[in-house]
Amino acid sequence: MNDFFQGIADSFTKTFITDDRWLQILKGLGVTLEITFFALLIGIAIGFLVAIIRSTHDMNLANRKCSVFSDYILKILNTICNLYITVIRGTPVVIQLMIMYYLVFVTSREAVVAAVISFGINSGAYVAEIVRSGIMSIDKGQFEASRSLGFNYSSTMIYTIIPQAFKNVLPALGNEFIVLLKETSVAGYVALQDLTYVGNLIRSRTYEAFFPLVTVAVVYLVIVLIISFFLKKLERRLRNSDH
Amino acid sequence: MTTNDVLIKVDNLHKSFGKVEVLKGIDAEIRKGDVIVVVGASGSGKSTFLRCLNKLEEPTGGKIFFEGTDITDPHININLHRRKMGMVFQQFNLFPHMTVLKNMTLGPIKLLKKSKAEAEKEAINLLERVGLSDRANAYPNQLSGGQKQRVAIVRALCMNPDVLLFDEPTSALDPEMVGEVLDVMKQLAKDGMTMVVVTHEMGFAREVATKVVFIDEGKIVEQSAPDKFFNSPENPRLKDFLSKVL
Repeated sequence: MNDFFQGIADSFTKTFITDDRWLQILKGLGVTLEITFFALLIGIAIGFLVAIIRSTHDMNLANRKCSVFSDYILKILNTICNLYITVIRGTPVVIQLMIMYYLVFVTSREAVVAAVISFGINSGAYVAEIVRSGIMSIDKGQFEASRSLGFNYSSTMIYTIIPQAFKNVLPALGNEFIVLLKETSVAGYVALQDLTYVGNLIRSRTYEAFFPLVTVAVVYLVIVLIISFFLKKLERRLRNSDH
Repeated sequence: MTTNDVLIKVDNLHKSFGKVEVLKGIDAEIRKGDVIVVVGASGSGKSTFLRCLNKLEEPTGGKIFFEGTDITDPHININLHRRKMGMVFQQFNLFPHMTVLKNMTLGPIKLLKKSKAEAEKEAINLLERVGLSDRANAYPNQLSGGQKQRVAIVRALCMNPDVLLFDEPTSALDPEMVGEVLDVMKQLAKDGMTMVVVTHEMGFAREVATKVVFIDEGKIVEQSAPDKFFNSPENPRLKDFLSKVL
């Protein structure tokens, strides 16, 4: 019996204490959070932009032919956005990450930047479709009411449509955020020492599988729980107008 | 080309949705202080006519002059003209994520560049006029249908429009709430507001309208003062229509 507990204590020590491995895990977590955070910002920026272009196109050009120059620009932008969404959703994120690192960042080898950009671009495609569904779900009357007051198209979007759409899609956006966090676990493919990579590294150094892998899993879970908690809080605050 | 007191002049207005022609050449003149009530069977094009007046629907032919400007001209900035044409919808279309007060002050603050204090003072005054000053900080979903529509009317009034367009303002209301909305509209008419009203409320038309217009199959087939309109209609389609609704 004593041997059993001794064994556990040994593997615990090897996993966390020797060579300050707990510190490596912490650093790995830092890398994971860093990539997730900046990728999220890029993803939301791209996502909203693409969603607005796509829904503007769908609302304005569905029933009429191109008449003015700006219509052609809108058409071209919409085609680009469609292509972007098709390619990004149609290929694995690991491949996108490796293309970014080994082909685009071939000279600089800035792994973190490459990861942030490729996860951001990847997330943007999903955010775009989420936000677009939110915009399309807003009643046409909201649009007409705002336009009839004299607001132009973009002010209508900013004051009336986007705030309501954002509230509607917040649960789906939160979900995308959580998926993004977990997807960054493939960052090890481009030699980034993120949480997953560090866990696996410790496993291969110590020949102990249990503690490193379970620790990594628990850390992810805790982070996701924290994110969910704040998302729920935000959702509740935005819901104060529905009684 | 237009005399001073003509606010809106509609000249041979056509509107098609795809192959379906909804408006087949409408001519109309709306003068300052007019209360024009537009009636007709559903699908006759009366709502489309109203929505063309502020170009929520793009006309496919003809011209609309608002205060002397041809607003069907693609080069004019329609947003500037819409500020002076308030619109009230069947489904109220209040902004659900804003309080009543914010619904009313958004336009004046952002478009007319009024200060927040000034805009709110005017909004509160208007709310008092329609008996809703205690609901200023409520959200639209906390209001009854009649209250929502009264807020929608004063929201349009906050922009200080020259004309108000009503698109079936009482059709989505419970019967007991129709009266409170019509009362507000009657008061507005009494105060000299120019109004174009699409409605099924024949009592309102009879009592308040300066002119009643009957649209049938995309054309104005009869228009006259309410007295003549209801008591001695000429067009057989109108006679038929009136016999059904009165």
